[in-house]
Amino acid sequence: MRNQTKPECRGRKFVKVFTILDKYGRKPSRLVPILQAVQEEYRYLPEEVLTYVAMALDVSPARVFGVATFYSHFAIEPKGKHLIRLCDGTACHVKDSVPILDAIRKRLGLDEKHKTTPDMLFTVETVACLGACGLAPVVVVDDQVHGQMTPESGVKLIEDVMAKEQAQ
Amino acid sequence: MNNPTLNIMDPAMGNGAKTLRRVIVCAGTGCVANGAYKVIEAFKSQIAAAGINITTEFKAEEHQHDLRLNKSGCQGFCQMGPLVTILPDGILYNKVRVEDVAEIVSQTLVGGKVLDRLLYVDPATKKHCNGINDIPFYQRQQRFVLKECGTIDPEDVHEYIHHGGYMAAKKAFLKMSPEQIVQEILKSGLRGRGGGGFPTGRKWEAARIQKNAKKYVICNADEGDPGAFMNRSVMEGNPHSVLEGLMIAARAIGADETLIYVRTEYPFAVARMKRAVEDAQKMGFLGDNVFGSGQKLNCEVMEGAGAFVCGEETAMIASIEGQRGMPRPKPPFPAQSGLWGKPTIINNVETLAHVVRIINQGADTFRKLGSTASPGTKTFALTGHVANTGLIEVPFGTTLREVVLNIGGGITDRHGKVKADGFKAVQIGGPSGGCLTKDHLDLPLDYDSLRSVGAMVGSGGLVAMNQKTCMVNIARFFMDFTQRESCGKCVLCREGTRQMLSMLDDIIEGRATGETLVLLEKLAIAVQKGSLCGLGKTAPNPVLSTLRYFRHEYDAHVFHKYCPTGQCKALAKPSIDATKCKGCTACAKKCPVGAISGERKKPHVIDQAKCIKCGACADTCKFEAVVGV
Repeated sequence: MRNQTKPECRGRKFVKVFTILDKYGRKPSRLVPILQAVQEEYRYLPEEVLTYVAMALDVSPARVFGVATFYSHFAIEPKGKHLIRLCDGTACHVKDSVPILDAIRKRLGLDEKHKTTPDMLFTVETVACLGACGLAPVVVVDDQVHGQMTPESGVKLIEDVMAKEQAQ
Repeated sequence: MNNPTLNIMDPAMGNGAKTLRRVIVCAGTGCVANGAYKVIEAFKSQIAAAGINITTEFKAEEHQHDLRLNKSGCQGFCQMGPLVTILPDGILYNKVRVEDVAEIVSQTLVGGKVLDRLLYVDPATKKHCNGINDIPFYQRQQRFVLKECGTIDPEDVHEYIHHGGYMAAKKAFLKMSPEQIVQEILKSGLRGRGGGGFPTGRKWEAARIQKNAKKYVICNADEGDPGAFMNRSVMEGNPHSVLEGLMIAARAIGADETLIYVRTEYPFAVARMKRAVEDAQKMGFLGDNVFGSGQKLNCEVMEGAGAFVCGEETAMIASIEGQRGMPRPKPPFPAQSGLWGKPTIINNVETLAHVVRIINQGADTFRKLGSTASPGTKTFALTGHVANTGLIEVPFGTTLREVVLNIGGGITDRHGKVKADGFKAVQIGGPSGGCLTKDHLDLPLDYDSLRSVGAMVGSGGLVAMNQKTCMVNIARFFMDFTQRESCGKCVLCREGTRQMLSMLDDIIEGRATGETLVLLEKLAIAVQKGSLCGLGKTAPNPVLSTLRYFRHEYDAHVFHKYCPTGQCKALAKPSIDATKCKGCTACAKKCPVGAISGERKKPHVIDQAKCIKCGACADTCKFEAVVGV
């Protein structure tokens, strides 16, 4: 059934999802890579897209939400334009990563519960380990890895991004 | 070329053939973060500008060029990156910046001079080390799995083949029966490098004897242990060796489908493994007729989605099947009923890389290193408060002292200076492992001796810690990690780790009583017993091992409401050691709240009522007179 009846594509938003679903043969077993591809496209997993994916794969929305919320890589809330990831693996932790996190959060007015700035410019997250332990402590700004950070240099990274944003 | 330095003869080639000069830039995650790709681009243009005939591709019969520039995978010495190796001179330049490239080209490549300022200086002897043969960090290692990481281009299958690559897989497919392969692995005594140390040959035999037309082999590259990057480095540096091992495993058990499950946090490893699979397909090593044997073999690379528990075999299978990564009870073992209910074996990246060597050189050669019960070598990621952080490979049975103090170059303080008496502990095995103390410095590192002291090899993460590290805080750090990563299936793991974490919070925030400690220990044992998979079974290990070896620190927190290192801010009591204070006034000037007072050249004091425990005084003091913060 599921391979024959393609659910109606409501609005432009789902066109990309359609392509992704087709690429993975609409198999429920490929749910993880499907969600990864969807997130790549939308930068997070919007609720209506998850429901649509469930329908297309002929599985319950609960199953799709279950998987989407289980893995830390998946975000069900929109992320800011710039993603700041602070490594808090063991090596970074013993080399004082927490004061860097505190300093960056303070600069942006964020805390553990509020991870994205109201202007949607920054999201600050911690990750378990990036495997760049030799450079600990590490901060990643939009996939660019910065090693041997301090609270001051961490804040400077944020301010550099802010300055670039303002210049545009 | 008139330049004499460009015509060095390679004695190994003997026949007077001109050896290609090589410039190798490390492009592992660490070096790339420090600008390795920009350095490569600078070399490309500067070398060409100097009129040197340059190539960036490997070709075995190539003699028309004078110099080959290539990137390599992680060479392990990450904190000194970007690393630039020049062969056959054997020069290793470190911390190379784009600005240094012009000078390297004109002085070293053209002029034949070594630039001292870019060489590694041994902190112990202050001697400039020309290359890896002089640097103690490398000298004291025995590299097999990591041998080619750092010289070959990980994205060039031809170079891997030139170094004897795919010979073992070819032998396995064309000259050996599955039984012979399994026998050889059993004979080698190879034990799984992912953590448990289960004999690889036994796992393979269990899957081989299954009568099933469909079988799977999965490469576990979901290296979730925070503070460890052995598998990342092997995949980034020599991805084909992992793929070759995987092919041998598939041949041994009779599988025609293989899968590599890589952590998504490792973008370079993912890209290079994918590239390796594509290239192997193009070469006909994978596909419908592997090495002309008529056998079929496919391989797929899948990215994980950031769940630590997926490193557990059955959880990984669930994840591949598109489910939440939750483990299930064993038996049936995956070797009997795994992916899609078919016989499946799951091996770690490093285990597979060892397989290649065992098939090539034989089990006896493999057993020459290491101990009887733990043969061979093991890679460790050495991080934390050591002078040389990085990736190392040593035979099993090497002592902790050799690894941390000799290869690691000693323990550093918060300013990065080596301290002779700085050693406090080493955390081994990540969130499942335990702590080792000074008393264990002469303990040989192998599966069984580590288990006997309440730790484990784990995947090989070794985090060294100095005297300023609070062990209760470290236990809390790991508990916070396992609590978050618990999949939620078993009540004792889900709720127990949460309660353990809140007890540890009570301890470090000064709310705990003697009863808390009793309860913490009781609950730790309950979580161990009441959990299904390795995550829950081993989650209490960091707490139990710190309770065992650092009980006095817990006691100080609980009974004296004092954190001896001052790391736990609520219990920090900064004070100035009057015997060490010289009265330089530096701390008083730095204190943001004016809590420090005292006359010049006389010991200062901290007003506890004003102090905000920020630690600025301790950072400023040159005489280490500020204690407890």
